[in-house]
Amino acid sequence: MFKKSLFLLAIIALVVASVFVGSPARAAVTELKIIWAQWAPADFLQTLVQDYETKTGIKVTVIQEPWGTFGDRVAAEWAANGDAFDMVIGDSQWLGQGATQGHYVELTEFMTARGIEKTVTPATLQYYGEYPPGSGKYWAYPTEGDANGWAYRMDLFNDPAEKEAFKAQYGRDLGIPETWDELLEVAKFFTRPDKGLYGAAIYTQIDYDAIVMGFQNVFFSYGGDWYDENFNMEGVLNSEGAVKALELYRELYTCCSPPGLSNAFFQETNDAFTSGQAAMIMNYFAFFPALANSATNRFAESTGYFSMPKGPDGLRFAALGGQGISINAYINDERKQASFDFIEWFAQDDVQLKWAQLGGYTCNIEVLNSQAFLDVAPFNAAFAETMTFVKDFTNIPEYGAMLPIAQSALHSYVVGGQGTAKEALDNIIAEWTPILQDAGYIQ
Amino acid sequence: MTALTQAAPTQAKQRAQRRHMSDGALVRLFIFPTLIILILWNVFPLFYSLYLSFTRYSVIANRAPEWIGFSNYTAILSRPTFWQSFATTGVYALLSVGLQTVLGFSLAMLLRQKFKGSGFITTLTLIPMMLSPVVVGMFWKLIYNPSYGIFNFLLNPTNPRLATDMLANPVSAMLAVVIVDVWMWTPFVMLLCLSGLNAIPDYLYEAAAIDRASAWFQFRRITLPQVAPLLLIAVLFRTIEAIKAFDLMMGLTGGGPGKSTETVSIALYRLAFSGQFNTGQASALAYIVLIIIICISNVYIRYLNKLRGE
Repeated sequence: MFKKSLFLLAIIALVVASVFVGSPARAAVTELKIIWAQWAPADFLQTLVQDYETKTGIKVTVIQEPWGTFGDRVAAEWAANGDAFDMVIGDSQWLGQGATQGHYVELTEFMTARGIEKTVTPATLQYYGEYPPGSGKYWAYPTEGDANGWAYRMDLFNDPAEKEAFKAQYGRDLGIPETWDELLEVAKFFTRPDKGLYGAAIYTQIDYDAIVMGFQNVFFSYGGDWYDENFNMEGVLNSEGAVKALELYRELYTCCSPPGLSNAFFQETNDAFTSGQAAMIMNYFAFFPALANSATNRFAESTGYFSMPKGPDGLRFAALGGQGISINAYINDERKQASFDFIEWFAQDDVQLKWAQLGGYTCNIEVLNSQAFLDVAPFNAAFAETMTFVKDFTNIPEYGAMLPIAQSALHSYVVGGQGTAKEALDNIIAEWTPILQDAGYIQ
Repeated sequence: MTALTQAAPTQAKQRAQRRHMSDGALVRLFIFPTLIILILWNVFPLFYSLYLSFTRYSVIANRAPEWIGFSNYTAILSRPTFWQSFATTGVYALLSVGLQTVLGFSLAMLLRQKFKGSGFITTLTLIPMMLSPVVVGMFWKLIYNPSYGIFNFLLNPTNPRLATDMLANPVSAMLAVVIVDVWMWTPFVMLLCLSGLNAIPDYLYEAAAIDRASAWFQFRRITLPQVAPLLLIAVLFRTIEAIKAFDLMMGLTGGGPGKSTETVSIALYRLAFSGQFNTGQASALAYIVLIIIICISNVYIRYLNKLRGE
């Protein structure tokens, strides 16, 4: 009887093994899968790829994963060397991991041979596609260019009474702020808690990268940086300018941010605007379509947009968002070739124009410079201007360990009010030092 | 002929035996698959993660684990931020379990008395613990919102915006999380206490009443000792859950401001996932948490056994 039960178990094991081990014979590629975060641009892409199916017969599916779990889902697939998707439209910060840990297929030869690398703006190619920086090695095609910008209430800014009151108070005309100090003044001017109106809603969320991204807009413009070319942080990350930038960011939060935005990202800042609580909000351009739509924003007709203001020395930077499309290294050669073909199609000027017309943020130079692009949406002019001065967080493979440290230190100071700006930046240096030492960047 | 007639039933019996498994085979058939699944899904990961805790390893790095001995453990235990997470977890567990015990027991004492609608009220009080912690976190976030949340309206009815932003201040954020946890899990403690109270025989109180024992004496000498074992089990469960607390904080504060509500589970999550994928150190931290939970559970269980007189 024991033999009999063992025999039965062996059959079960064989059936289970055949399910896991058995693989279908390779067939011609009829479907490609792209994984991206769940948001409007992914819907636009799903619409665009119908043209590809019409042309080639290959169905392209855009798998949408909520932002909160997008990174973990892709990482789980990498861990399993899985082929659940053929291409990933991944965050710019993933480049280091994707390139050095073998998750992405190198696109250098493909992009240079077909001249694709010359069709996109240099900044987007550098931040969305190249690793290591300056190496000329490409791992992604810049797909969704994005950066931080500002939306503002034109009805308030153009109100004669407001203009007069502002001039009387600050001795200059009320208008789009050109420097961060001016932005702070305008934010203070419009902060009227008794009327439920506040000057500016900014990023404060502690999860992933929100508060770092928001702070970077001020930080880089005040001459700060995460480290210099030799990975030295002392005097760079905690420079006088960097400290002032952080103090300004906290002041912007404490003086002028609507209540309840202690853990705010794109949704919360947009909500503050559409509810009439905020006169200005910081957000990624990719989230501005909701503000331009009168169905989701009652102030849509009177909503204006502007690029990041300058720092005290005229430096101007905007934190980079957006993603590039990469090919999963764990798919078979047929699927890789089909993915190359898809990217080649996607990179064409006319396809990029349609991508922009649908609402996608193209990185294509021709399209960005065209009047057709500027006419698509009211915020596209500010976007096109912004894409000339974008700057990103580090994308070295250790970014994952570094980012939460910076998030926590900034959140402690900006939202929690713990310690000073200098201490917060010093804490980041103290905690980053062993990470960079272990990785061999510094001694 | 006799031999033939004897052989026939024997063969039939053998055929029947072949058709029907013995009890032992049937038992093995049920046990083996479960055992295999248990080994694959529980025992193997347990020992494999123990091995990983002694290695430098990232699950996404495409590199084999590298043996580094106790380095992960020393790295964790020498990092102030982890001690801060442990301290935060301790404060949270102490406050939330303490309050739940007092309130849960008090509620049980109230609901012990049968009155019209007491069953309905008992059922109503159980609703919070039936909800998902993430959902609870999300809607309490709205309740705490200084602009339109009801909490600040209760604190300052004339101008709620001027009341404290509960989730923006390091001290009030911890308090806010404790309030939600107490709201959610007090009914669980109450339920266990109520079952303990209902199991106390009436004759004990009758005897005490004959001896003219005061209400306080009856509570101290009859009610409390009789309920203590179940109360302790409730406290044990809640303590373990509080040490593992994750979803409520993630939904409500994300561990902030700064690290003021970052429990050890959130720190562990960030180390294991969330861009870091430091699998080796995360495994080590998980084992440290496991050891702490086992130690605390042992203290409780020893006290429980002492109460039972074992």
